[in-house]
Amino acid sequence: MKYLLLIYGNEAAMEAASKADTERMHGAYNAYTEAMVKAGVIAGGERLRPSTSATTVRVANGKTSVLNGPYAETKEQLGGYYMIDVPDLDAALSWAARCPGASHGAIEVRAIWEM
Amino acid sequence: MAGEDDALARAAAEAVARRSYGKLVAFLAARTRDVVGAEDALSDAFAVALADWPTRGIPKSPEAWLLAVARRKMIDADRRRRTGVDAAGELRLIAAELEAVATSAAPIPDDRLALMFACAHPAIDPGIRAPLILQTILGFDAATIASAFLVAPAAMGQRLVRAKHKIGQAGIPFRVPERADLRERLDAVLEAIYAAFAEGWSDPAGTEIRRRNLAEEAIWLGRLVASLLPDEPEALGLLALMLHAEARRNARRGTAGEYVPLTDQDPALWDTPMIEEAEALLFRASGMDAIGRYQLEAAVQSAHVVRRRTGRPDWAAIERLYDALSALTGSPVVAINRAIAVAETRDVAAGLAVLDALADDPRLAEYQPYWAARAGLLARTGAVDEADRAYQLAIGLESDPAVRGFLQERRAALGTRP
Repeated sequence: MKYLLLIYGNEAAMEAASKADTERMHGAYNAYTEAMVKAGVIAGGERLRPSTSATTVRVANGKTSVLNGPYAETKEQLGGYYMIDVPDLDAALSWAARCPGASHGAIEVRAIWEM
Repeated sequence: MAGEDDALARAAAEAVARRSYGKLVAFLAARTRDVVGAEDALSDAFAVALADWPTRGIPKSPEAWLLAVARRKMIDADRRRRTGVDAAGELRLIAAELEAVATSAAPIPDDRLALMFACAHPAIDPGIRAPLILQTILGFDAATIASAFLVAPAAMGQRLVRAKHKIGQAGIPFRVPERADLRERLDAVLEAIYAAFAEGWSDPAGTEIRRRNLAEEAIWLGRLVASLLPDEPEALGLLALMLHAEARRNARRGTAGEYVPLTDQDPALWDTPMIEEAEALLFRASGMDAIGRYQLEAAVQSAHVVRRRTGRPDWAAIERLYDALSALTGSPVVAINRAIAVAETRDVAAGLAVLDALADDPRLAEYQPYWAARAGLLARTGAVDEADRAYQLAIGLESDPAVRGFLQERRAALGTRP
Protein backbone atom coordinates (compact mmCIF):
# COMPACT_ATOMS: atom_id res chain seq x y z
CA MET A 1 0.00 0.00 0.00
CA LYS A 2 1.10 3.56 -0.65
CA TYR A 3 1.25 6.03 2.24
CA LEU A 4 1.97 9.74 2.41
CA LEU A 5 4.09 10.79 5.36
CA LEU A 6 3.28 14.45 6.04
CA ILE A 7 6.01 16.13 8.02
CA TYR A 8 4.81 18.81 10.42
CA GLY A 9 7.24 20.99 12.35
CA ASN A 10 7.66 24.42 13.87
CA GLU A 11 9.00 26.68 11.09
CA ALA A 12 10.01 29.49 13.43
CA ALA A 13 12.11 27.12 15.54
CA MET A 14 13.72 25.69 12.42
CA GLU A 15 14.61 29.12 11.10
CA ALA A 16 16.09 30.07 14.48
CA ALA A 17 18.24 26.91 14.62
CA SER A 18 22.02 27.28 14.57
CA LYS A 19 23.95 26.50 11.39
CA ALA A 20 25.42 23.39 13.01
CA ASP A 21 21.97 22.11 14.05
CA THR A 22 20.60 22.78 10.57
CA GLU A 23 23.47 20.84 9.00
CA ARG A 24 22.94 17.97 11.38
CA MET A 25 19.28 17.92 10.40
CA HIS A 26 20.13 17.88 6.68
CA GLY A 27 22.54 15.02 7.29
CA ALA A 28 19.86 13.10 9.16
CA TYR A 29 17.34 13.59 6.32
CA ASN A 30 19.89 12.50 3.74
CA ALA A 31 20.60 9.32 5.68
CA TYR A 32 16.88 8.68 6.15
CA THR A 33 16.13 9.16 2.45
CA GLU A 34 19.05 6.90 1.55
CA ALA A 35 17.74 4.20 3.90
CA MET A 36 14.33 4.40 2.22
CA VAL A 37 15.93 4.11 -1.23
CA LYS A 38 17.97 1.07 -0.11
CA ALA A 39 14.85 -0.58 1.33
CA GLY A 40 13.08 0.08 -1.97
CA VAL A 41 10.09 1.72 -0.31
CA ILE A 42 10.38 5.33 -1.48
CA ALA A 43 7.97 6.54 -4.16
CA GLY A 44 8.66 10.25 -3.92
CA GLY A 45 9.17 13.11 -1.52
CA GLU A 46 10.00 16.80 -1.40
CA ARG A 47 10.76 19.56 1.02
CA LEU A 48 8.36 22.50 0.90
CA ARG A 49 9.14 26.21 1.10
CA PRO A 50 7.91 27.80 4.34
CA SER A 51 4.16 28.22 4.77
CA THR A 52 4.59 32.01 4.38
CA SER A 53 5.08 31.22 0.68
CA ALA A 54 1.69 29.52 0.53
CA THR A 55 -1.30 30.85 -1.39
CA THR A 56 -4.75 29.34 -1.01
CA VAL A 57 -7.25 29.25 -3.88
CA ARG A 58 -10.96 28.52 -3.65
CA VAL A 59 -13.78 28.74 -6.17
CA ALA A 60 -17.22 29.43 -4.75
CA ASN A 61 -20.30 30.24 -6.87
CA GLY A 62 -18.09 30.64 -9.89
CA LYS A 63 -15.94 33.24 -8.17
CA THR A 64 -12.28 32.57 -7.56
CA SER A 65 -10.78 33.85 -4.37
CA VAL A 66 -7.06 33.87 -3.74
CA LEU A 67 -5.81 34.23 -0.19
CA ASN A 68 -2.31 34.80 1.07
CA GLY A 69 -1.10 32.08 3.45
CA PRO A 70 -1.71 28.39 4.10
CA TYR A 71 -5.15 26.74 4.17
CA ALA A 72 -5.02 26.43 7.95
CA GLU A 73 -2.96 28.29 10.49
CA THR A 74 -1.44 25.67 12.78
CA LYS A 75 1.15 25.62 15.51
CA GLU A 76 3.25 23.25 13.43
CA GLN A 77 3.36 23.62 9.67
CA LEU A 78 3.54 21.15 6.80
CA GLY A 79 7.21 21.24 5.78
CA GLY A 80 7.55 18.33 3.42
CA TYR A 81 6.41 14.82 2.56
CA TYR A 82 7.50 11.37 1.58
CA MET A 83 5.49 8.93 -0.46
CA ILE A 84 6.28 5.34 0.44
CA ASP A 85 5.07 1.95 -0.76
CA VAL A 86 5.04 -0.66 2.01
CA PRO A 87 3.00 -3.77 2.88
CA ASP A 88 0.88 -2.31 5.69
CA LEU A 89 0.29 0.43 8.26
CA ASP A 90 2.77 -1.04 10.74
CA ALA A 91 5.55 -0.74 8.17
CA ALA A 92 4.47 2.84 7.36
CA LEU A 93 4.42 3.74 11.05
CA SER A 94 7.89 2.37 11.62
CA TRP A 95 9.23 4.47 8.70
CA ALA A 96 7.39 7.52 10.08
CA ALA A 97 9.02 6.98 13.48
CA ARG A 98 12.47 6.96 11.84
CA CYS A 99 11.88 10.31 10.11
CA PRO A 100 14.08 13.01 11.71
CA GLY A 101 11.05 15.31 11.76
CA ALA A 102 9.23 12.91 14.11
CA SER A 103 11.63 13.89 16.93
CA HIS A 104 10.86 17.60 16.49
CA GLY A 105 7.28 17.76 15.31
CA ALA A 106 4.85 15.12 14.10
CA ILE A 107 4.38 12.88 11.09
CA GLU A 108 0.86 12.30 9.84
CA VAL A 109 0.55 8.97 8.07
CA ARG A 110 -2.17 8.82 5.42
CA ALA A 111 -3.07 5.89 3.22
CA ILE A 112 -3.34 6.69 -0.48
CA TRP A 113 -6.78 6.06 -1.99
CA GLU A 114 -5.80 3.72 -4.82
CA MET A 115 -8.08 3.86 -7.86
CA MET B 1 -41.73 -33.17 7.56
CA ALA B 2 -40.66 -29.89 5.99
CA GLY B 3 -40.99 -28.23 9.37
CA GLU B 4 -38.71 -30.81 10.96
CA ASP B 5 -36.10 -30.41 8.21
CA ASP B 6 -36.29 -26.67 8.64
CA ALA B 7 -35.67 -26.96 12.35
CA LEU B 8 -32.79 -29.37 11.76
CA ALA B 9 -31.16 -27.11 9.18
CA ARG B 10 -31.68 -24.12 11.42
CA ALA B 11 -30.09 -25.92 14.37
CA ALA B 12 -27.15 -27.02 12.20
CA ALA B 13 -26.64 -23.49 10.86
CA GLU B 14 -26.81 -22.07 14.36
CA ALA B 15 -24.33 -24.64 15.66
CA VAL B 16 -21.86 -23.75 12.89
CA ALA B 17 -22.51 -20.06 13.48
CA ARG B 18 -21.64 -20.40 17.14
CA ARG B 19 -18.54 -22.47 16.56
CA SER B 20 -17.19 -20.93 13.39
CA TYR B 21 -18.44 -17.37 12.98
CA GLY B 22 -15.25 -15.64 14.14
CA LYS B 23 -13.02 -18.12 12.39
CA LEU B 24 -14.77 -17.55 9.04
CA VAL B 25 -14.83 -13.73 9.46
CA ALA B 26 -11.15 -13.78 10.42
CA PHE B 27 -10.24 -15.96 7.47
CA LEU B 28 -12.08 -13.79 4.94
CA ALA B 29 -11.08 -10.45 6.46
CA ALA B 30 -7.40 -11.38 6.80
CA ARG B 31 -7.27 -12.02 3.05
CA THR B 32 -9.31 -9.05 1.85
CA ARG B 33 -8.81 -6.53 4.70
CA ASP B 34 -12.53 -5.90 4.33
CA VAL B 35 -14.15 -6.69 7.70
CA VAL B 36 -17.56 -5.26 6.80
CA GLY B 37 -17.57 -7.17 3.51
CA ALA B 38 -16.56 -10.39 5.28
CA GLU B 39 -19.37 -10.02 7.83
CA ASP B 40 -21.97 -9.19 5.16
CA ALA B 41 -20.89 -12.08 2.95
CA LEU B 42 -21.03 -14.47 5.86
CA SER B 43 -24.48 -13.40 6.96
CA ASP B 44 -25.66 -13.84 3.34
CA ALA B 45 -24.09 -17.30 3.38
CA PHE B 46 -25.97 -18.23 6.56
CA ALA B 47 -29.21 -17.05 4.94
CA VAL B 48 -28.50 -19.24 1.89
CA ALA B 49 -27.75 -22.18 4.22
CA LEU B 50 -31.14 -21.82 5.90
CA ALA B 51 -32.86 -21.93 2.50
CA ASP B 52 -30.68 -24.67 1.01
CA TRP B 53 -29.96 -27.18 3.79
CA PRO B 54 -33.59 -28.20 4.51
CA THR B 55 -34.10 -29.35 0.91
CA ARG B 56 -30.63 -30.58 -0.07
CA GLY B 57 -29.36 -31.76 3.28
CA ILE B 58 -26.66 -30.49 5.58
CA PRO B 59 -23.29 -30.55 3.76
CA LYS B 60 -20.50 -32.82 4.96
CA SER B 61 -18.33 -29.86 5.89
CA PRO B 62 -20.71 -27.00 6.80
CA GLU B 63 -17.79 -24.65 7.52
CA ALA B 64 -16.21 -25.10 4.08
CA TRP B 65 -19.66 -24.85 2.48
CA LEU B 66 -20.35 -21.52 4.20
CA LEU B 67 -16.89 -20.27 3.32
CA ALA B 68 -17.37 -21.13 -0.35
CA VAL B 69 -20.71 -19.30 -0.50
CA ALA B 70 -19.38 -16.30 1.47
CA ARG B 71 -16.40 -16.14 -0.87
CA ARG B 72 -18.66 -15.93 -3.94
CA LYS B 73 -20.80 -13.28 -2.25
CA MET B 74 -17.72 -11.25 -1.40
CA ILE B 75 -16.34 -11.42 -4.92
CA ASP B 76 -19.72 -10.44 -6.40
CA ALA B 77 -19.95 -7.48 -4.03
CA ASP B 78 -16.42 -6.41 -4.93
CA ARG B 79 -17.15 -6.67 -8.67
CA ARG B 80 -20.15 -4.42 -8.28
CA ARG B 81 -18.15 -1.89 -6.34
CA ARG B 82 -14.84 -1.86 -8.12
CA THR B 83 -13.70 -1.65 -11.69
CA GLY B 84 -10.33 -1.52 -13.41
CA VAL B 85 -7.61 -3.96 -14.35
CA ASP B 86 -5.69 -3.85 -11.04
CA ALA B 87 -8.75 -4.59 -8.99
CA ALA B 88 -9.64 -7.53 -11.22
CA GLY B 89 -6.14 -8.96 -10.91
CA GLU B 90 -6.11 -8.65 -7.17
CA LEU B 91 -9.53 -10.20 -6.94
CA ARG B 92 -8.46 -13.19 -9.01
CA LEU B 93 -5.55 -13.79 -6.65
CA ILE B 94 -7.76 -13.61 -3.57
CA ALA B 95 -10.39 -15.76 -5.24
CA ALA B 96 -7.84 -18.44 -6.11
CA GLU B 97 -6.58 -18.66 -2.55
CA LEU B 98 -10.06 -18.72 -1.06
CA GLU B 99 -11.12 -21.37 -3.57
CA ALA B 100 -8.15 -23.55 -2.64
CA VAL B 101 -9.09 -23.47 1.03
CA ALA B 102 -12.82 -23.81 0.51
CA THR B 103 -12.44 -26.95 -1.61
CA SER B 104 -9.63 -28.66 0.30
CA ALA B 105 -10.34 -31.14 3.07
CA ALA B 106 -7.77 -29.50 5.35
CA PRO B 107 -9.10 -27.46 8.27
CA ILE B 108 -9.63 -23.74 7.67
CA PRO B 109 -6.65 -21.81 9.11
CA ASP B 110 -7.43 -20.07 12.37
CA ASP B 111 -6.74 -16.34 11.96
CA ARG B 112 -8.77 -15.29 15.00
CA LEU B 113 -5.74 -14.17 16.96
CA ALA B 114 -4.47 -12.11 14.01
CA LEU B 115 -7.90 -10.48 13.69
CA MET B 116 -7.98 -9.76 17.42
CA PHE B 117 -4.66 -7.96 17.21
CA ALA B 118 -5.82 -5.99 14.16
CA CYS B 119 -8.82 -4.84 16.22
CA ALA B 120 -6.52 -3.89 19.10
CA HIS B 121 -4.10 -1.95 16.86
CA PRO B 122 -2.93 1.45 18.22
CA ALA B 123 -4.45 3.13 15.14
CA ILE B 124 -7.90 2.06 16.38
CA ASP B 125 -9.58 4.28 18.98
CA PRO B 126 -8.95 2.58 22.37
CA GLY B 127 -12.61 2.66 23.43
CA ILE B 128 -13.77 0.67 20.41
CA ARG B 129 -11.11 -2.07 20.37
CA ALA B 130 -12.86 -4.46 22.75
CA PRO B 131 -16.33 -4.02 21.17
CA LEU B 132 -14.74 -4.61 17.76
CA ILE B 133 -13.23 -7.91 18.88
CA LEU B 134 -16.56 -8.99 20.35
CA GLN B 135 -18.39 -8.26 17.14
CA THR B 136 -15.92 -9.69 14.64
CA ILE B 137 -14.78 -12.75 16.59
CA LEU B 138 -17.93 -13.70 18.46
CA GLY B 139 -20.64 -12.11 16.31
CA PHE B 140 -22.23 -9.96 19.02
CA ASP B 141 -24.69 -7.39 17.71
CA ALA B 142 -24.10 -3.70 18.39
CA ALA B 143 -26.99 -3.44 20.87
CA THR B 144 -25.65 -6.24 23.09
CA ILE B 145 -22.14 -4.77 23.02
CA ALA B 146 -23.53 -1.32 23.79
CA SER B 147 -25.30 -2.59 26.90
CA ALA B 148 -22.18 -4.41 28.10
CA PHE B 149 -20.13 -1.23 27.71
CA LEU B 150 -22.79 1.21 28.98
CA VAL B 151 -22.98 3.09 25.64
CA ALA B 152 -25.95 4.08 23.43
CA PRO B 153 -26.62 1.37 20.79
CA ALA B 154 -26.76 3.79 17.82
CA ALA B 155 -23.45 5.40 18.79
CA MET B 156 -21.87 1.97 19.27
CA GLY B 157 -23.05 0.83 15.83
CA GLN B 158 -21.57 3.86 14.11
CA ARG B 159 -18.25 3.57 15.92
CA LEU B 160 -17.96 -0.12 15.04
CA VAL B 161 -18.53 0.55 11.35
CA ARG B 162 -16.04 3.43 11.33
CA ALA B 163 -13.38 1.28 13.02
CA LYS B 164 -13.88 -1.58 10.53
CA HIS B 165 -13.46 0.80 7.62
CA LYS B 166 -10.31 2.18 9.18
CA ILE B 167 -8.80 -1.32 9.36
CA GLY B 168 -9.18 -1.66 5.61
CA GLN B 169 -8.44 1.88 4.50
CA ALA B 170 -5.41 2.50 6.71
CA GLY B 171 -3.97 -0.94 5.89
CA ILE B 172 -3.82 -2.27 9.45
CA PRO B 173 -2.09 -5.67 9.23
CA PHE B 174 -3.73 -8.95 10.23
CA ARG B 175 -1.00 -10.68 12.16
CA VAL B 176 0.21 -11.40 15.65
CA PRO B 177 2.62 -8.54 16.41
CA GLU B 178 6.28 -8.81 17.32
CA ARG B 179 7.03 -9.50 20.95
CA ALA B 180 7.55 -5.86 22.01
CA ASP B 181 4.26 -4.67 20.49
CA LEU B 182 2.45 -7.80 21.58
CA ARG B 183 2.55 -6.81 25.25
CA GLU B 184 1.42 -3.30 24.51
CA ARG B 185 -1.60 -4.51 22.60
CA LEU B 186 -2.41 -7.36 24.91
CA ASP B 187 -4.45 -5.21 27.31
CA ALA B 188 -7.12 -4.47 24.72
CA VAL B 189 -7.29 -8.13 23.71
CA LEU B 190 -7.64 -9.30 27.32
CA GLU B 191 -10.29 -6.68 28.03
CA ALA B 192 -12.38 -7.91 25.11
CA ILE B 193 -12.07 -11.54 26.15
CA TYR B 194 -13.16 -10.66 29.66
CA ALA B 195 -16.11 -8.63 28.39
CA ALA B 196 -17.19 -11.64 26.33
CA PHE B 197 -16.88 -13.86 29.37
CA ALA B 198 -18.95 -11.45 31.45
CA GLU B 199 -21.72 -11.56 28.85
CA GLY B 200 -21.81 -15.37 28.93
CA TRP B 201 -21.62 -15.27 32.71
CA SER B 202 -24.78 -13.19 32.92
CA ASP B 203 -26.76 -16.10 31.46
CA PRO B 204 -25.75 -19.00 33.72
CA ALA B 205 -28.63 -21.25 32.75
CA GLY B 206 -27.66 -21.03 29.07
CA THR B 207 -31.23 -20.26 28.09
CA GLU B 208 -30.29 -17.85 25.32
CA ILE B 209 -28.77 -19.47 22.25
CA ARG B 210 -26.96 -16.27 21.37
CA ARG B 211 -25.10 -16.27 24.67
CA ARG B 212 -24.66 -19.98 25.24
CA ASN B 213 -21.06 -21.15 25.28
CA LEU B 214 -19.87 -17.55 25.34
CA ALA B 215 -18.14 -18.06 28.68
CA GLU B 216 -16.52 -21.23 27.33
CA GLU B 217 -15.58 -19.43 24.12
CA ALA B 218 -13.96 -16.67 26.19
CA ILE B 219 -12.07 -19.22 28.27
CA TRP B 220 -10.94 -20.82 25.03
CA LEU B 221 -9.66 -17.44 23.78
CA GLY B 222 -8.04 -16.88 27.19
CA ARG B 223 -6.25 -20.23 26.94
CA LEU B 224 -5.08 -19.40 23.42
CA VAL B 225 -3.56 -16.08 24.52
CA ALA B 226 -2.08 -17.59 27.69
CA SER B 227 -0.44 -20.37 25.70
CA LEU B 228 0.95 -17.86 23.23
CA LEU B 229 2.29 -15.67 26.03
CA PRO B 230 3.16 -18.06 28.86
CA ASP B 231 5.37 -15.40 30.47
CA GLU B 232 2.74 -12.67 30.50
CA PRO B 233 1.25 -12.63 34.03
CA GLU B 234 -1.90 -10.72 33.08
CA ALA B 235 -2.82 -13.29 30.43
CA LEU B 236 -2.49 -15.99 33.11
CA GLY B 237 -4.36 -13.77 35.58
CA LEU B 238 -7.32 -13.36 33.24
CA LEU B 239 -7.53 -17.10 32.60
CA ALA B 240 -7.38 -17.74 36.36
CA LEU B 241 -10.13 -15.18 36.94
CA MET B 242 -12.43 -16.73 34.34
CA LEU B 243 -11.81 -20.29 35.58
CA HIS B 244 -12.58 -19.22 39.15
CA ALA B 245 -15.88 -17.70 38.08
CA GLU B 246 -16.78 -20.60 35.77
CA ALA B 247 -16.05 -23.07 38.59
CA ARG B 248 -19.03 -21.66 40.48
CA ARG B 249 -21.50 -21.86 37.60
CA ASN B 250 -23.52 -24.75 39.06
CA ALA B 251 -23.73 -23.10 42.47
CA ARG B 252 -25.17 -19.85 41.13
CA ARG B 253 -28.69 -21.17 40.74
CA GLY B 254 -30.82 -23.12 43.18
CA THR B 255 -32.82 -26.23 42.28
CA ALA B 256 -35.74 -24.07 41.12
CA GLY B 257 -33.46 -21.85 39.03
CA GLU B 258 -33.37 -19.12 41.66
CA TYR B 259 -30.35 -16.82 41.99
CA VAL B 260 -27.90 -17.68 44.78
CA PRO B 261 -25.43 -14.92 45.71
CA LEU B 262 -21.77 -15.90 46.09
CA THR B 263 -21.73 -15.70 49.89
CA ASP B 264 -24.74 -18.07 50.14
CA GLN B 265 -23.42 -20.64 47.66
CA ASP B 266 -22.70 -24.22 48.69
CA PRO B 267 -18.93 -24.77 48.20
CA ALA B 268 -19.61 -28.45 47.56
CA LEU B 269 -21.12 -27.41 44.22
CA TRP B 270 -17.98 -25.59 43.11
CA ASP B 271 -15.79 -27.29 40.48
CA THR B 272 -12.64 -28.25 42.39
CA PRO B 273 -10.32 -29.11 39.44
CA MET B 274 -11.18 -25.78 37.81
CA ILE B 275 -10.45 -23.88 41.02
CA GLU B 276 -7.16 -25.72 41.38
CA GLU B 277 -6.17 -24.89 37.80
CA ALA B 278 -6.98 -21.23 38.50
CA GLU B 279 -4.95 -21.23 41.71
CA ALA B 280 -1.96 -22.79 39.93
CA LEU B 281 -2.13 -20.16 37.16
CA LEU B 282 -2.32 -17.36 39.70
CA PHE B 283 0.63 -18.79 41.59
CA ARG B 284 2.68 -18.92 38.39
CA ALA B 285 1.69 -15.34 37.53
CA SER B 286 2.58 -14.06 41.00
CA GLY B 287 6.14 -15.31 40.51
CA MET B 288 6.55 -12.92 37.57
CA ASP B 289 6.48 -9.81 39.71
CA ALA B 290 4.17 -7.68 37.58
CA ILE B 291 0.85 -7.18 39.29
CA GLY B 292 -2.16 -6.10 37.25
CA ARG B 293 -5.91 -5.88 37.16
CA TYR B 294 -6.70 -9.48 36.26
CA GLN B 295 -4.31 -11.00 38.78
CA LEU B 296 -5.88 -8.82 41.48
CA GLU B 297 -9.41 -9.80 40.47
CA ALA B 298 -8.43 -13.47 40.35
CA ALA B 299 -6.92 -13.06 43.83
CA VAL B 300 -10.29 -11.70 45.04
CA GLN B 301 -11.86 -14.94 43.80
CA SER B 302 -9.19 -16.89 45.69
CA ALA B 303 -10.06 -15.01 48.87
CA HIS B 304 -13.73 -15.97 48.42
CA VAL B 305 -12.87 -19.60 47.70
CA VAL B 306 -10.94 -19.79 50.99
CA ARG B 307 -14.40 -20.40 52.45
CA ARG B 308 -14.08 -24.03 51.28
CA ARG B 309 -11.64 -24.58 54.13
CA THR B 310 -12.33 -21.85 56.70
CA GLY B 311 -16.08 -21.38 56.33
CA ARG B 312 -15.66 -17.64 55.79
CA PRO B 313 -14.26 -15.50 52.94
CA ASP B 314 -11.07 -13.58 53.74
CA TRP B 315 -12.79 -10.19 53.77
CA ALA B 316 -9.65 -8.33 54.93
CA ALA B 317 -7.75 -9.61 51.88
CA ILE B 318 -10.73 -8.80 49.66
CA GLU B 319 -10.80 -5.21 50.88
CA ARG B 320 -7.03 -4.82 50.34
CA LEU B 321 -7.30 -6.26 46.83
CA TYR B 322 -10.19 -3.95 45.93
CA ASP B 323 -8.16 -1.02 47.33
CA ALA B 324 -5.35 -1.90 44.95
CA LEU B 325 -7.80 -2.40 42.07
CA SER B 326 -9.49 0.89 42.78
CA ALA B 327 -6.13 2.70 42.71
CA LEU B 328 -5.28 0.93 39.44
CA THR B 329 -8.54 1.38 37.52
CA GLY B 330 -10.59 4.09 39.27
CA SER B 331 -13.61 2.03 38.23
CA PRO B 332 -16.94 2.73 39.99
CA VAL B 333 -17.78 -0.97 39.65
CA VAL B 334 -14.69 -1.85 41.71
CA ALA B 335 -15.71 0.77 44.27
CA ILE B 336 -19.11 -0.92 44.72
CA ASN B 337 -17.42 -4.24 45.49
CA ARG B 338 -15.02 -2.51 47.83
CA ALA B 339 -17.99 -1.02 49.71
CA ILE B 340 -19.41 -4.52 50.24
CA ALA B 341 -16.04 -5.71 51.63
CA VAL B 342 -15.76 -2.67 53.89
CA ALA B 343 -19.22 -3.47 55.31
CA GLU B 344 -17.75 -6.83 56.41
CA THR B 345 -14.33 -5.73 57.68
CA ARG B 346 -15.59 -2.64 59.52
CA ASP B 347 -19.32 -2.08 59.71
CA VAL B 348 -22.32 -1.52 57.46
CA ALA B 349 -22.24 2.26 57.95
CA ALA B 350 -18.65 2.40 56.66
CA GLY B 351 -19.71 0.39 53.59
CA LEU B 352 -22.61 2.75 52.95
CA ALA B 353 -20.29 5.75 53.26
CA VAL B 354 -18.18 4.29 50.43
CA LEU B 355 -21.32 3.96 48.28
CA ASP B 356 -22.44 7.50 49.16
CA ALA B 357 -19.16 8.83 47.79
CA LEU B 358 -20.11 7.31 44.39
CA ALA B 359 -23.63 8.73 44.27
CA ASP B 360 -22.70 11.54 41.86
CA ASP B 361 -21.30 9.24 39.17
CA PRO B 362 -23.86 9.46 36.33
CA ARG B 363 -22.81 6.03 35.03
CA LEU B 364 -24.25 4.44 38.17
CA ALA B 365 -27.74 5.93 38.02
CA GLU B 366 -28.81 3.05 35.75
CA TYR B 367 -26.40 0.43 37.05
CA GLN B 368 -28.24 -2.36 38.85
CA PRO B 369 -25.39 -3.63 41.10
CA TYR B 370 -25.00 -0.19 42.65
CA TRP B 371 -28.66 -0.08 43.74
CA ALA B 372 -28.67 -3.74 44.80
CA ALA B 373 -25.57 -3.22 46.96
CA ARG B 374 -27.07 -0.08 48.42
CA ALA B 375 -30.38 -1.79 49.16
CA GLY B 376 -28.64 -4.73 50.84
CA LEU B 377 -26.58 -2.53 53.13
CA LEU B 378 -29.48 -0.19 53.94
CA ALA B 379 -31.61 -3.19 54.87
CA ARG B 380 -28.97 -4.26 57.36
CA THR B 381 -29.02 -0.84 59.04
CA GLY B 382 -32.83 -1.05 59.38
CA ALA B 383 -33.45 1.89 57.01
CA VAL B 384 -36.43 0.05 55.56
CA ASP B 385 -37.93 2.85 53.47
CA GLU B 386 -34.65 3.79 51.84
CA ALA B 387 -33.81 0.13 51.27
CA ASP B 388 -37.21 -0.37 49.67
CA ARG B 389 -36.64 2.47 47.21
CA ALA B 390 -33.17 1.17 46.32
CA TYR B 391 -34.53 -2.37 45.78
CA GLN B 392 -37.25 -0.97 43.54
CA LEU B 393 -34.64 0.74 41.34
CA ALA B 394 -32.44 -2.36 41.28
CA ILE B 395 -35.43 -4.55 40.29
CA GLY B 396 -36.42 -2.08 37.60
CA LEU B 397 -32.91 -2.13 36.11
CA GLU B 398 -32.35 -5.91 36.19
CA SER B 399 -32.87 -7.94 33.01
CA ASP B 400 -32.18 -11.43 34.40
CA PRO B 401 -35.47 -12.84 35.80
CA ALA B 402 -33.64 -15.00 38.38
CA VAL B 403 -31.80 -12.02 39.84
CA ARG B 404 -34.99 -9.95 39.64
CA GLY B 405 -36.82 -12.63 41.62
CA PHE B 406 -34.06 -12.69 44.22
CA LEU B 407 -34.22 -8.90 44.63
CA GLN B 408 -38.02 -9.01 44.85
CA GLU B 409 -37.82 -11.58 47.65
CA ARG B 410 -35.31 -9.49 49.55
CA ARG B 411 -37.52 -6.47 49.10
CA ALA B 412 -40.59 -8.32 50.33
CA ALA B 413 -38.64 -9.51 53.37
CA LEU B 414 -37.79 -5.93 54.38
CA GLY B 415 -40.87 -5.34 56.53
CA THR B 416 -40.65 -8.69 58.29
CA ARG B 417 -37.13 -8.14 59.61
CA PRO B 418 -36.64 -7.21 63.25
